[in-house]
Amino acid sequence: MSLVRKRLIFALLFDNGKFMLSRNFRLQQVGNLEWLEKNYNFRETALAIDELIVLNVERNRTSNEQFCEHIKRLNDDCFVPIAAGGGVRSVADAHTLLRSGADKVVINSILYENSSLVAELAAEFGKQCLVASIDTKRVGGSFRVFIDNGTQMIDQKLPEWLRHVTELPIGEIYLNSMDRDGTGQGYDEEMLESMPMTIGVPLILVGGAGKPEHFEFGLCDPRVDAVCTAHLFNFVGNSLQISREHLLKTGIPLVRWDGSQLKSLAGSVL
Amino acid sequence: MGKTVVVIDYGMGNLFSVTSALRYLGCKPLVSDDPRIVEGAPHVVLPGVGSFRLAMERLRSKGLDVAIHEAVRAGHYLLGICLGMQLLGASSTEDGKTPGLSLIPNTVQLFDDSTGVKIPHVGFNEISPTTPTGLFEGLPTAPHFYFVHSYRMSVESLDCPLATCGYGEPFLAAFDKGNVCGAQFHPEKSQGNGLQLLKNFLQR
Repeated sequence: MSLVRKRLIFALLFDNGKFMLSRNFRLQQVGNLEWLEKNYNFRETALAIDELIVLNVERNRTSNEQFCEHIKRLNDDCFVPIAAGGGVRSVADAHTLLRSGADKVVINSILYENSSLVAELAAEFGKQCLVASIDTKRVGGSFRVFIDNGTQMIDQKLPEWLRHVTELPIGEIYLNSMDRDGTGQGYDEEMLESMPMTIGVPLILVGGAGKPEHFEFGLCDPRVDAVCTAHLFNFVGNSLQISREHLLKTGIPLVRWDGSQLKSLAGSVL
Repeated sequence: MGKTVVVIDYGMGNLFSVTSALRYLGCKPLVSDDPRIVEGAPHVVLPGVGSFRLAMERLRSKGLDVAIHEAVRAGHYLLGICLGMQLLGASSTEDGKTPGLSLIPNTVQLFDDSTGVKIPHVGFNEISPTTPTGLFEGLPTAPHFYFVHSYRMSVESLDCPLATCGYGEPFLAAFDKGNVCGAQFHPEKSQGNGLQLLKNFLQR
């Protein structure tokens, strides 16, 4: 019997100073950090989530320094874990993220292209520090796996890829439905059903959440440890707070955070 | 200016997250790998993400193991976080048996997966402190903290206030032994509960 709580996660997609909206992996610019602050009251939103994921989705990776600056700034208002990634191709890349306020590193393409680097990262930071991201969509009646921001299909199908990835030294799986990405139609039930009942590491479900009931659906599945949304418009304002309330009311085992406790501690050590 | 707290930099921490939490509380964190600075600091934080063996090698190669012992001997306050707590123990079986700093006698082993739990242990879990005072003052009942680890410290043979957590088996979540304390969880990543615990440490 485990008392570890389920998690509600907010993901931010970053491209060259802007946060992005993704629909079926096509990106649209939404706004910068000020936009996020204004539309999400980020300090309040951070109290409604259990984790933040920040991904640099820029194709050319020219804005990495700027990306790291943004992780640092998000850290000032956010006392939950931050997992960051996007284009991690070396131990040094991971190191830079961890020194910029990331607590975990999200990896995707190297799972396919360079599994010895995955082993190196695990030896350096521990496997619990690595979140393995899997992007999948239906092609010809089966779930296929894509790397490189969803641009390149690999030769393995989802079930065998999942088996392979869980044998690598990684700490969590971030399973993203490209078909549902940004649609708000709910998580991909069929994709979830194709998952084995036991997965050796925690599973984060993403792609398609549009309302609190979608989170509820995901978290009610015993295979799912965390649900995530990257949709900047579906949960604008205090919608993540409302979602969390809904989930707590329906008996989903999430932690109930006390915002006043956090606020009263600001500057309290003299 | 707030209280200065030295955060030990040996290349293996989520340093920014720790310093960010300390700044929020009103402190002035100083990140350093200089043994003299570590030795002289009234409050020292040893963070850590990564392999036990690598961490010990890096502490030793910079003389930081000696500096930590000197600081503790001088009565300065030390807090180990996550791997940083494990390093305060006698040894770990991670990546071959490696001796630790031995400030407490406990040892570190992999979680027992025969209990059916997923490894690593990731997420918020509740801890049970033996006392609501000291490091655990001002926390709600059964407070939640963020854990992310595959290895855990045994609970036995520790004669001080402590907190346990359960994940298939009981393990040491935190301890508060004189001027040395540790947390397996990440107080810097556990919303207000974590910041309260950091405050308790800093106000000594």
